[in-house]
Amino acid sequence: MSLKAIALGLLATSALAGSAVAQDQIKIGVSIPAATHGFMGGLNWHAAEAEKRLEAANPNIDIIIVTADGPADQASDLEDLVSVHQIQALVVLPFESEPLTEPVRAVADTGAFITVVDRGLTDPSIQDVYVSGNNTEMGEVSAEYMMTRLGEGDNIVILRGIPTVLDTERFDAFMAKIEGSGINVLDNKFANWNRDDGFEVMQDFLSRFPDIDGVWAQDDDITLGVVEAIKQAGRESEMFVVGGAGMKEIVKGVMDGDPLVPVDVLYPPAQIATAMDVTVNHFISNGPVTGSYILGSPLITQENAEQFYFPDSPF
Amino acid sequence: MSVSTHEAAKPNRGFRIDLKTAGPLLALILLVILGYSLNPAFLNEGNVTNILTRSAFIGIIAVGATFVITAGGIDLSVGSMAAFIAGVMIIVMNWTVGSMGASIWTVLIGIGCSLILGIGAGFINGFLTTKAKIEAFIVTLGTMGIYRSLVTYFADGGTLSLASGARDIYRPVYYDSLLRIPYPVWVFIFVAIIGWVLMNRTAFGRYCMAIGSNEHVARYSAIKVDRVRTATFVLQGLCVSLATIIYVPRLGSASAATGVLWELEAIAAVIIGGTMLKGGFGRVGGTVIGALILTAIGNILNLTEIISNYLNGAVQGVIIVAAVYLQRGSLRAGRKKAD
Repeated sequence: MSLKAIALGLLATSALAGSAVAQDQIKIGVSIPAATHGFMGGLNWHAAEAEKRLEAANPNIDIIIVTADGPADQASDLEDLVSVHQIQALVVLPFESEPLTEPVRAVADTGAFITVVDRGLTDPSIQDVYVSGNNTEMGEVSAEYMMTRLGEGDNIVILRGIPTVLDTERFDAFMAKIEGSGINVLDNKFANWNRDDGFEVMQDFLSRFPDIDGVWAQDDDITLGVVEAIKQAGRESEMFVVGGAGMKEIVKGVMDGDPLVPVDVLYPPAQIATAMDVTVNHFISNGPVTGSYILGSPLITQENAEQFYFPDSPF
Repeated sequence: MSVSTHEAAKPNRGFRIDLKTAGPLLALILLVILGYSLNPAFLNEGNVTNILTRSAFIGIIAVGATFVITAGGIDLSVGSMAAFIAGVMIIVMNWTVGSMGASIWTVLIGIGCSLILGIGAGFINGFLTTKAKIEAFIVTLGTMGIYRSLVTYFADGGTLSLASGARDIYRPVYYDSLLRIPYPVWVFIFVAIIGWVLMNRTAFGRYCMAIGSNEHVARYSAIKVDRVRTATFVLQGLCVSLATIIYVPRLGSASAATGVLWELEAIAAVIIGGTMLKGGFGRVGGTVIGALILTAIGNILNLTEIISNYLNGAVQGVIIVAAVYLQRGSLRAGRKKAD
């Protein structure tokens, strides 16, 4: 990575000496969390893919991706992007909104173009572009699908993520949508976006409730654990599971018509690529790109699954 | 579990230690009553089996941790080590399936690979602690980061999944049972018995306690301190390897999220069980109960909706502290009686 950056840097310098065109060399920093779980793994992969694609298509664009293990680490990354790489634009997925707001403002103060992804900053006026998935819509779409399959008197259980704003948005939207449908939510528990916890929480739900018709697992990692627990109990025929995100194993299952996981709801890890595209467009397009880009959370069904399937992605 | 007669130099020593065991056991019994009163499903055969099977992972690792801690060490790397071993096992098994098809050999190669890695990783921790004279806390903090990064790297930040052919062959190791007791629970029982014998009936166990209570005295007593210490880490590695062998068939996958915080759970199980964190005194039987307590708390919280989801961590914290307090309380009562 750094070797490549140095090589590109050298190339850029030599080109600068040679011709005037090279003055247009644009450096874009991309700061994202490290790949510590499935979704972030997918996001990292899509970022790397977008880098290859954009740099190949635009020789004057140089993209530098850095990954951080925590908010403090990410703040240091931002400083390095400014001081070492002297970036003209920043694409950032903040670890946490609050602590990263000032560091991103510092980058904006250097005159850089700022694109914020997924988790917003506490002061949105800092950003030029905001790209995000839609947690509210994700909850609503999941609820709408539940309502097509279930009705008055049917029972569901919910496995939530980690207690964060993101999770609350999804959960509240879901609950608001199914209100009045007569669908009974037996209970909800946190499974921490983790398949081991998904397995254990579902085991407990299964021993507690003899009659479950549907499961909202909210996330595909949790879904994998839930599916194993249902199979262990031999209750595959009684219920179905709705996950979320767009993990390739789940999307493949939907494509193949798995009755236990008939659909998935998209929360795209590829949104980082959208953000990078928009940012590059700011430099090469003749139209304005500022504003908010809220990506849809469509229902992935057997019919459309193929367009959401990325077999090479780790997620 | 009573103490051996030849160890009990003073006649009342055995009595006091029995009371010490009673603390965590009492906590477990209270927890079972609480669980049953909150939801009768708690004592269903299926639920009890689930609890026992789940405890197996942390329990097996915690038996190993009992030796490390008794000898005055600590191992923070076990969770990452488990994830790393699981990851490498899956890569090796997938590779085997790719080159020679899925068979029972695939699984045996995976298991062999796990044992070698576990023992090797334990030896590295032990060697660095004793020969390079680096604090166990620092050595294992370092290896914790290394293993976690490696599994993330191997999985490319995503998930390593076992090829489906091998999955089908390996799956029964977690899901099937013998005499209605699942295999993971058998492994747990087996490890616990061996651990108890090692700790209470062999010179090795006595050496661990001697080193943990006073390393210098142990050294002057001609105990090969470095060798025993290294052996505790190797034993820990072996336990992690066994736990991983029964973990992998459960979900057939490993990722950077595998085994997160297992080290803390294992240490908590050991301490709840009555082993002293500063070393010198170890109780394998208590560790087993400690692991059961930890799993039961999580299970009970899932079986009730009385407590807000957001307070789960608080409830766990209170019960852990209370369990240790009960044990200290009965210890004090025991001392009074002894006087």
